Amino acid sequence: MPRRDDLHKILLIGSGPIVIGQACEFDYSGTQGAKALTTLGYEVVLVNSNPATIMTDPELVRRTYVEPLDRPTLTAILERERPDALLPTLGGQTALNLAIELHESGVLSRLGIKLIGAQVDAIRKAEDRQLFKDAMARAGLESPRSGHAKSVDEARAIAERTGYPVILRPSFTLGGAGGGVAHHPGELTAKVEWALSQSPTGEVLVEESLLGWKEYELEVIRDVKDNFIVVCTIENLDPMGVHTGDSITVAPAMTLTDREYQRLRDAARVVMREIGVETGGSNVQFAVDPRTGRVLVIEMNPRVSRSSALASKATGYPIAKIAAKLAVGFTLDELENDITGTSAAFEPTIDYVVVKWPRFAFEKFPGSEARLGTQMKSVGEVMSIGRTFPEALEKAARSLETGKHGLESLRDRVDYEALAEEPTSTRDLRHDAPPAARPRAPSIPPPSADLRATLERIIARPTPERLFHVADALRAGSSVERVHEVTGIDRWFLEQIARLVRQEARLTAAAELDEELLRESKRLGLGDRRIAALRGMTEDAVRALRDRFGVHATFQRVDTCAAEFPARTPYLYSSHERADECEPSDRRKVIILGGGPNRIGQGIEFDYCCCHAVFALRELGIEAVMVNCNPETVSTDYDTSDRLYFEPLTLEDVLAIVRAEASRGELLGVIVQFGGQTPLRLAVPLERAGVRLLGTSADAIDRAEDRERFDALLSKLGLVRPRAGVARGVDEAREVARSIGYPVLVRPSYVLGGRAMMICYEESELEAYVGIAIEAAREEGGSQVLLIDEFLRNAVEVDVDCVGDGRRAIIGGVMQHIEEAGVHSGDSTSVLPPHSLDAEVVRTIEQQARALALELGVVGLMNVQFAVKDGSVYVLEVNPRASRTVPFVSKATGRPLAKIAAKVMAGETLDSLGLEDGPVPTHVAVKESVFPFGKFPGVDTILGPEMRSTGEVMGIATSAALAFGKSLAAAGFQLPERGRAFISVREADKAAAVQLARRLRNLGFAILATRGTAEAIQRARIPATPINKVLEGSPHVVDAVMDGSIQIVINTTEGAKAIRDSYSIRRNALLHNIPYFTTMPAALAAVDSLEVALLSGTAVQVRSLQEWHARAREAR
Amino acid sequence: MTARPRAHLALADGTAFPGFSWGAEATSVGEAVFTTGMTGYQEVLTDPSYTGQLVVMTAPQIGNTGVNSADHEHVGGRPQVAGFVVRDPSPVTSSHRAEESLGEWLARSGVAAIGGVDTRAVVRHLRETGAQNACIGTGSVAELVDRARAAPSMEGLDLVERVTPAAPYEFTESRAEWSTAFDAQRLFHDPARQRPTRWHVVALDFGAKRNILRCLVDLGCRLTVVPARTSAADVLALRPDGIFLSNGPGDPAAVGHAIATIRELLGQRPMFGICLGHQLLALALGARTYKLKFGHRGLNQPVKDLTTGRVEITSQNHGFVVDVGSLGAAARSTHLHLNDGTSEGLEAPEARCFSVQYHPEAAAGPHDALYLFERFGAAMDHA
Repeated sequence: MPRRDDLHKILLIGSGPIVIGQACEFDYSGTQGAKALTTLGYEVVLVNSNPATIMTDPELVRRTYVEPLDRPTLTAILERERPDALLPTLGGQTALNLAIELHESGVLSRLGIKLIGAQVDAIRKAEDRQLFKDAMARAGLESPRSGHAKSVDEARAIAERTGYPVILRPSFTLGGAGGGVAHHPGELTAKVEWALSQSPTGEVLVEESLLGWKEYELEVIRDVKDNFIVVCTIENLDPMGVHTGDSITVAPAMTLTDREYQRLRDAARVVMREIGVETGGSNVQFAVDPRTGRVLVIEMNPRVSRSSALASKATGYPIAKIAAKLAVGFTLDELENDITGTSAAFEPTIDYVVVKWPRFAFEKFPGSEARLGTQMKSVGEVMSIGRTFPEALEKAARSLETGKHGLESLRDRVDYEALAEEPTSTRDLRHDAPPAARPRAPSIPPPSADLRATLERIIARPTPERLFHVADALRAGSSVERVHEVTGIDRWFLEQIARLVRQEARLTAAAELDEELLRESKRLGLGDRRIAALRGMTEDAVRALRDRFGVHATFQRVDTCAAEFPARTPYLYSSHERADECEPSDRRKVIILGGGPNRIGQGIEFDYCCCHAVFALRELGIEAVMVNCNPETVSTDYDTSDRLYFEPLTLEDVLAIVRAEASRGELLGVIVQFGGQTPLRLAVPLERAGVRLLGTSADAIDRAEDRERFDALLSKLGLVRPRAGVARGVDEAREVARSIGYPVLVRPSYVLGGRAMMICYEESELEAYVGIAIEAAREEGGSQVLLIDEFLRNAVEVDVDCVGDGRRAIIGGVMQHIEEAGVHSGDSTSVLPPHSLDAEVVRTIEQQARALALELGVVGLMNVQFAVKDGSVYVLEVNPRASRTVPFVSKATGRPLAKIAAKVMAGETLDSLGLEDGPVPTHVAVKESVFPFGKFPGVDTILGPEMRSTGEVMGIATSAALAFGKSLAAAGFQLPERGRAFISVREADKAAAVQLARRLRNLGFAILATRGTAEAIQRARIPATPINKVLEGSPHVVDAVMDGSIQIVINTTEGAKAIRDSYSIRRNALLHNIPYFTTMPAALAAVDSLEVALLSGTAVQVRSLQEWHARAREAR
Repeated sequence: MTARPRAHLALADGTAFPGFSWGAEATSVGEAVFTTGMTGYQEVLTDPSYTGQLVVMTAPQIGNTGVNSADHEHVGGRPQVAGFVVRDPSPVTSSHRAEESLGEWLARSGVAAIGGVDTRAVVRHLRETGAQNACIGTGSVAELVDRARAAPSMEGLDLVERVTPAAPYEFTESRAEWSTAFDAQRLFHDPARQRPTRWHVVALDFGAKRNILRCLVDLGCRLTVVPARTSAADVLALRPDGIFLSNGPGDPAAVGHAIATIRELLGQRPMFGICLGHQLLALALGARTYKLKFGHRGLNQPVKDLTTGRVEITSQNHGFVVDVGSLGAAARSTHLHLNDGTSEGLEAPEARCFSVQYHPEAAAGPHDALYLFERFGAAMDHA
């Protein structure tokens, strides 16, 4: 069946902010879908609250709404746009849930809008676990024994039937939020309560445990004619019990005979039919008992997913693009495989091995358990491609950027004895004593039986670094069989790791690193740095040796067909084979280094920038060569760049690409400033290796990063910054802090996202902090120097993004933070243009930014952070590179900063591009951060200098109050219209609290407050009911939060003790989904929004980005 | 692993690919072909259609699940390939079904194999130059090339004689727990509702795969398997309800006796052919066959059923193909390969026969085309 002509306009829903379980893979799928539908001639309307996405680029589709993804907003957009159809299968769970809500509220039928891609019944059957089980039973498929419980008693009764351990899965949650394992009746109550609280329907599935079973996923596609293909099979290296998003996974499946595999394929086909997925991509998960082969269906997602993004990258088959076309009527046989030009109705076959390895961020959440289970915790992932599993595994391990250069031994940096005692705790910078200085033995003692036993105990529990510990256990002499017994990891994978370990031993033992040994080691996947470490050489020396022997990486193509047909798409990976298919072009070209795995502090924003660099270069007719290893991204779509290398971002891997690309055509240079810290760290070594970098010089970057050179720069320009010092060790730190005066802001130099950054109010806190901070710096591979700054209390923080061409600079946007200085800029709420700064101050800030850009000779992007206190402007930080806020500024102003910057880096000038400072917009845009606290039980939600948000949303409106209200809604906070407000503030905020209370009371709220705060409010003759702090005994504030008698929480606090005491208030507000504010400015902004909403009673107002931008242009 | 002797895969055109000797230490000659299936190496090794061929696996990790007696496609359980070429043989066997490691089994069965080969490079070479004779062994490259050059071409080669049984036999084995419903609407065939035996089918065995025979049993056939040289009269004397033409190795045009036999059987009974059986049927109907550059071998080959318009993902293993233009008025092409537009199936209603080029019985491969067995049953019902 060809294209449906009864549809003209199609609305596509995105997945909203990046959260754990829903990341930029949906930007990838949404972008693909939007492009595909536009190409087919449909008018596409797009809704997504996340400004950091490529899909929300105003050039991509006709109308782009950056608005909250909730029913009222979507209803308003649908009423305004009147699309013919709604496509909800490319925007993750968020889009599916919204589609169901819109269907149930009758909006779709009232407006005559068809749901395409998935029908309501199919979505329900796939999502509701009982309906799913019933459907499987009807189809003759087995699923785990289980039952649904709405209470602890019901759960207990079911568990008695299935036997312990049981798995708990709350209904309708993202990434398995609220899930867990109860090993015995004693654990059941608390875990069921938690699970029930997380489920929007208050329901939990209690299920037989399949711990130790093998886990497989099939990525499948079906069309209206019931044509069905499997795009990819994925085998989880971690057996059942670890969420698939947290598992190391391998494609294709490695340990199935054909019969066993075909059984899964048949089952997946039946699942698709039974659930009723008429068209599109889905994911079906199976558990297989390794002892008997018994197959259970675990779940299916009737939409594209994280796994389908992985499958697309792993095979070259663009699932989302095909799914979008199938949704509008095409069948598979009518579509073409882009890579080979043959039919899209086939199953990709691959002649390499793909490994996905998740990246975690437990260190950001002190107090959380660094343990993996059925609830997803990872914040990002890498994918690697190798000709064999060991090669792919080594490449994945070095792609992760966790300070390891492959599957190396951690014995010199992990105290395994201590880890065995307390395997999963994360240190809390605030509360914990500094770790005892661990004696660093000059040589590691030889492995002993004790060590073996210790490691075998450690690896029995799944943790983020388990595979490293597994390798260490094998190195210590544990047998593959024994490791299999304790971990459940298939022997095949373990034996391959043992193979790597044996190769290490040969490398260590060999008298000489001869050509054969070197070639063999490279072919097995060992990186130069690994070989160097094992041989006691430098990486450069290994590279020199490779040059001498002519041992170079070769490049192979990802072609969907195992070379059966020629590939016309240059989608490449490296290996050490005989033949090379790189075939570089004879064009002028630029290599862009991507951002690697998503992590807190470096996420989708940088991928957005890299994509724009690609777009810019292509517009200039320069070949754009992309390098990245993150399968979730748009940058690793083979469609995005001219040439794509799916490779680790290490010196060795990048140099190999440079060597290949420079062999033909003209390599103009490499862009390292767009992908965040990942490529930036390579700047100096690349330059040293003779590679030309484009844009701002490495020296300028160093001038901005190096404290002393930075000071010199500022004093040359007559700019001011908070007093500061540098310290190495506790004694120096103490001295510097005393001379500056407390409070001080401390952090290790050269780290990302405020990693291990802390405000110390007194000396004891500083002392406790220093040891941990140095450790953190070392883990991240940074220097061990501490930066100590004066902390400006209650200062306003401001961010500026600009673009320079070496001769002049234009201001992209000035953003005022709502939270006071001290909250990490990545976590704070930003307002563009500034909502409460004096025009003169803004002018000063812009002048200073421009002066810095010129002095540094910035060619490309630069971000400057300022603090404003009592009318004075302080420079906090200068980053001559892409910043996290670039996409937000671009969406808010309609000016694609990253693209402009890339053109400038490629040789254009601001003059040649005809660019001046843009006018201040006639609207206000607010960027709000989104946090993963719900996924980390026991973690405090208070904001601080260490960044912890995973994503962001944007609210855009005619006033700051309206825009802030939208951004809160987009972040999932629904402000209450009435009820009780709880206020408890630190001394310094008392005066503001009185104002706040007055305004809330005027809006009809009753005020509850802790004693001190209540007294302050009452003194202003505003009624406030005192309520006990937790320490003061029941009934206390947490009781009130839990029983639903508080609707909004305002709680500011400082100092370790006060923070600890008030922790449970914030935590419970989070758990009970009550809006909470931990800074006074944010609370005041929320009240501004409430006033606008409640007093003026305006209905939901929506407008597309294109309209906002046009309005601003007209107002010029 | 390094202790393994060096070996080469040498092609008749002089190209050589290094690796290490694995399996039986022997020198072996055959036509180098590649298959792109990611699973099913054991089925490939024991499929009689691969007789005389050196099979290159594009999937790099081979041997992971060892070998088990249930998955052999040769009825007698013996390997059929001339040699085996892989990138990375598994150092371990991991499957609850395994009875032996692949390496041991190859060595024990005398199959020469080579590991550590840049198989992708081999495939790209074969894709460009076409399938050709080759040799694997530990000798000098020059020696191996000479032996490859000395081997006879696959074209014009009757290999059926090597694999057809010496005498007729009854085949009664079922797919048992691995049975999948033929209609693809349900998942598993219910063994409790085993179909009663309804038809007697005579299968001409040109090198039949075991799973074809099992599928016929599951369909409800009493199955008499007869040697390729059985005459039409002898076939009919068995009073079959239907006749089956099996798969097999080599050039169909070289098996003149079988073509003649089939020509005699046309219209006598409903007839169903698979792979070589399909080609022989086409030749019997007066059509021609020709050799593809490098053949279709894999488990992901898209075929469109021209009757229903639906696409099947099929298991294929053929170097020769029926020239669709040479099909007379009596037959029509029923299935189309979506990648290169070649014909993958035919039917001749007057002659009461139909056949497909691909492998509906799968093993290895997807089960999308099992319905064809039902179609054979229906044809016998209408007889």
